[in-house]
Amino acid sequence: MKPIFPATLLLVEDSPGDVRLTQEAFRDVNLNAPRPDLILLDLNLPKMDGREVLARIKEEHENLKTIPTVILTTSEAEADIDKSYRLQANCYLNKPVELEAFEALVKSINDFWLTKVKLPQQRPVG
Amino acid sequence: MKTIGGEGMPIEVLLVEDSPGDVRLTQEAFRDANSSIHLSVATDGVEAMAFLKHTGTHANSPRPDLILLDLNLPRMDGREVLAHIKENENLKTIPTVILTTSDAQSDIVRSYQLQANCYLTKPVQLDAFEALVKSINDFWLTKAKLPRQRQTV
Repeated sequence: MKPIFPATLLLVEDSPGDVRLTQEAFRDVNLNAPRPDLILLDLNLPKMDGREVLARIKEEHENLKTIPTVILTTSEAEADIDKSYRLQANCYLNKPVELEAFEALVKSINDFWLTKVKLPQQRPVG
Repeated sequence: MKTIGGEGMPIEVLLVEDSPGDVRLTQEAFRDANSSIHLSVATDGVEAMAFLKHTGTHANSPRPDLILLDLNLPRMDGREVLAHIKENENLKTIPTVILTTSDAQSDIVRSYQLQANCYLTKPVQLDAFEALVKSINDFWLTKAKLPRQRQTV
């Protein structure tokens, strides 16, 4: 199902294979626009890890905190799940290892977050 | 259908809703979608907080795995309930989904500012309402990983 408006999505992911897979699954989404409608965030990242990115989005930036941020990670650790919700992740999902399951998950992110959920429409003007 | 709380434990959902018709529809739609859900209902904000804090007649209430929260409620409105949940160290990790008839941008933005996990509008049509409850079940109760902080009584 296609989203009802042209949605902008920011994927924060260090694995090139996972980036490719996600892009292919989301084909029509523009990954380069300035303010995303939805953020998909991996936890284990080089330089600044996902927990810190999440904390900065939700705690330091009044204009970013309303952007729904979905954790998409291989970690199933209870500590990571609890910590992420504590840091105000909007939702926590596990990346499946199998290709088909991965595509199905991306499809369900699209079906739920980009067609059912009402997102804040604070687009920059212009 | 998998369960979240562990073997044989039902999935605990708290619905905070004052409209008896919407309560009935939500109960029926969840019953059809997933038999392992135990749905509790609070009909106003004060009762919702009593349920979550185990006070008064709710001393033995279960900790919800998911909260569905209407915005316009008697006694204490949904925005205030949401703020209380997300400011409480013990409750803040419970995913809280706004389910309301309001599609005002101000309500949407305010709810995300108050850390709602997601915002959904109640469809007017029966079929669409049932489909939405089913998609809440499919996404939040089968795909999403929820924190497992059950309280031991």
